[in-house]
Amino acid sequence: MDMQVAKKKLSLKEKYKLLTRDLGWDTTYHTKDEVFPYVQYEGIKIHDWDKWEDPFRLTMDSYWKYQAEKERKFYAIIDAHAQNNGHLNITDARYLSALKIFLQAISPGEYAAGKGFARMGREFPGVGTQVACQMQSIDEIRHAQTQIHALSNYNKFYNGFHAFADARDRMWYCTLPRSFFDDALSSGPFEFMIAIGFSFEYVLTNLLFVPFMSGAAYNGDMATVTFGFSAQSDEARHMTLGLECIKFMLEQDPANLPIVQGWIDKWFWRGFRLLGVVGTMMDYMLPKRVMSWREAWNIYGVENGGALFRDLARYGIRPPKGWDDAEKGIDHMSHQFMLALYQYNFGTAFHSWIPSEDEMEWLSKKYPDTFDKYYRPRWAHLSKLKAAGTPFANMGLAKLCQTCQIPTVFTEPDDPTSLCQRETEYKGEKYHFCSDGCQHIFENEPEKYIQAWLPMQQLFQAPINGDLGAWMNWVSLIPGRDNGDFDGSEDERNFAAWRQQATSNQ
Amino acid sequence: MQIDLRTVSIKQQRNTFDHLARRFGDKPASRYQEGSYDIQATENLHYRPTWDPDQLIYDASITKIVMADWYALKDPRQYFYNNYTLARARQQETAEANFSFVESRGLADMLPEDLKRIALETLVPLRHAAWGANMNNSFISGYGYAAIFTQACMFHAMDNLGIAQYLSRLGLLLGDQEALTEGKSAWLDDEAWQPMRRYIEDCLVVRDPFELFVAQNVALDGLLYPLVYERIVDGYLSAQGASAVAMLCQFMNDWFDETRKWVDAVMKVAAAESEHNRAILQEWTEKWSARAAAAMLPVVRKALGADAEEVVGEEVAAFKARLKKIGVEI
Repeated sequence: MDMQVAKKKLSLKEKYKLLTRDLGWDTTYHTKDEVFPYVQYEGIKIHDWDKWEDPFRLTMDSYWKYQAEKERKFYAIIDAHAQNNGHLNITDARYLSALKIFLQAISPGEYAAGKGFARMGREFPGVGTQVACQMQSIDEIRHAQTQIHALSNYNKFYNGFHAFADARDRMWYCTLPRSFFDDALSSGPFEFMIAIGFSFEYVLTNLLFVPFMSGAAYNGDMATVTFGFSAQSDEARHMTLGLECIKFMLEQDPANLPIVQGWIDKWFWRGFRLLGVVGTMMDYMLPKRVMSWREAWNIYGVENGGALFRDLARYGIRPPKGWDDAEKGIDHMSHQFMLALYQYNFGTAFHSWIPSEDEMEWLSKKYPDTFDKYYRPRWAHLSKLKAAGTPFANMGLAKLCQTCQIPTVFTEPDDPTSLCQRETEYKGEKYHFCSDGCQHIFENEPEKYIQAWLPMQQLFQAPINGDLGAWMNWVSLIPGRDNGDFDGSEDERNFAAWRQQATSNQ
Repeated sequence: MQIDLRTVSIKQQRNTFDHLARRFGDKPASRYQEGSYDIQATENLHYRPTWDPDQLIYDASITKIVMADWYALKDPRQYFYNNYTLARARQQETAEANFSFVESRGLADMLPEDLKRIALETLVPLRHAAWGANMNNSFISGYGYAAIFTQACMFHAMDNLGIAQYLSRLGLLLGDQEALTEGKSAWLDDEAWQPMRRYIEDCLVVRDPFELFVAQNVALDGLLYPLVYERIVDGYLSAQGASAVAMLCQFMNDWFDETRKWVDAVMKVAAAESEHNRAILQEWTEKWSARAAAAMLPVVRKALGADAEEVVGEEVAAFKARLKKIGVEI
């Protein structure tokens, strides 16, 4: 018998290389510029795509295998959750507002991110980069779908979930995340990677994902927390990709630095504004609090973000321009946000409420310098109006920031008693902003931001023509069921009655 | 005997989400429906792309195909992420078992040299073609319209990558790294492979997502898979005693059988939508399948020699018959 010549064993790294980047080739029937037409115009210079370090080495067979295991577990748990009325185990039906906002505002963003990564999976001229983006694309489809499936059962019993797809395109507060993701998708491939891959996934994910999923765990929401655990390892991959991407750009050419820095400034601020919603959820909407927004910011923003930017300093990167203004806003933003939501709650497909005395105690402990001084008196005033049978509703139309699209409700960084208002004139039109950060973003790309769809202006156009009832119909908001104060709502009544039915013999 | 556990029953307020009730009536929706319909933004898009200000960020008009409702292009497999992943996880288990069967019994070394050479020469360069298919489907997913169609394209893209990786492993198993190196230089320089490489590169500059769907998934794959995996691998190599190669290609065979149902359904619905669509699909299919057949011929010749022309002719006829059934006559 012949001696078998032992085959040379390939290292995992070598093998992965053969199974991915060795698949590509330099095209000769068409130039690189024709095949990859969008990688030049942003001005980022890449000299050698082979220098890209694969952030994780996952071949398709292992991807299918690992993901299938996670999928089996996830659906087994949410099936059981639905079968056993798991929704009755949440702390309190007020918690549902956080889920409604999540489904209306965040899940469509997951899908949009998936779309963007499919494009990046094609537009980058490096196989390693392409494969990483494609895997993130399919993961994002997964997240959109698992979120919808986890929350589908809640929709069967509670209001405010049923029109999430309509809200995504028409609802005034959904325009905040929509404009964020539309902005990323309308950007070039490198900026998209900074916007979603780096800023959103790496810098800000901990501030979105961790509080949300921990909030679900703290409040007895088995369905959502299961999604969180199931998505954790995907998110870890996405974060690694975001970090690799920024390092790659910075290492390839020193001329990339100012462009990348500009994007970091922009996308940090856009992300920070978007996360205001999360802060509000943490401080106000979770019946059982995980931590305050301030505490989350200290851990995930100041500590982790600080360490990240110290690490990137060797490339010449400095912390984002809006960092100091963000820090100054932390002790105010969730209160200002919730006050705004409360006074416009006739126009939201979720409930808001005046915090209870206990909750105000908690807020004053967590925000010793600001809550009692600036915000408790306002809640006290709103309580008084409510008790008198004349609850306050702000029927005026909010002035929206042209960039982030939030009503201009935030205060000056150094003066919490005056509203921060900025304006710019461009081609004979006036544009309004909530902050210096948003104004700068506009001024860097005015031709982009003048296109923004503003839901308040839409109110006066066809088919609504200023009629509030017609508007509610257009956004599929059912007045008296989806909107308004939690106190006295159908969700409150039903939850109390069902829980009683499930836990007593009455 | 049946036993029924009792659970506390409380009254549901509604069956499903509004957008699904509008489409399917007020009844519980399937997970496929919940995860696929209307989840792409459609109205009040904020900004035009800086990479091409003539388009919208989601733009149905960048293809010549016109659909009143793009969500009509549903997937008969009803794949959403979950059942797609589960199906592929099962298939990869089989593939893994096949690879280790061939490896552990040294079947690769027992292959007659000439058959092994044919297998390597015809299959290994195809890993690059599969990578091209991956990029094309990633494109269709990225720029096509409506989640129901574009998610299936992303699944397809990942499958294409999986196939490129199985072909690479086949090369490594039968011929070590040299097989991959030789395969790549054949892909780049061997005259027989140039029409195929040119076809793929021409696809890489097509920016009408539906035309690309026709060029890649209908025309090229519609000829390539039957010719390579049915005729060369199963028909010729196995018959000559190289059934180990067929084992290593089972994934591709099963995959083509499964995915063509989806491809056919998409084509059928798009063609039935209007005469305008049908005419365009006919034009595209005719143009691309003629080129695909010409590109396949020298590849098939490597295995089947003088019979190649006849075999390609038969498969072209079968392809035409398949298209005719879905309403596209060429």
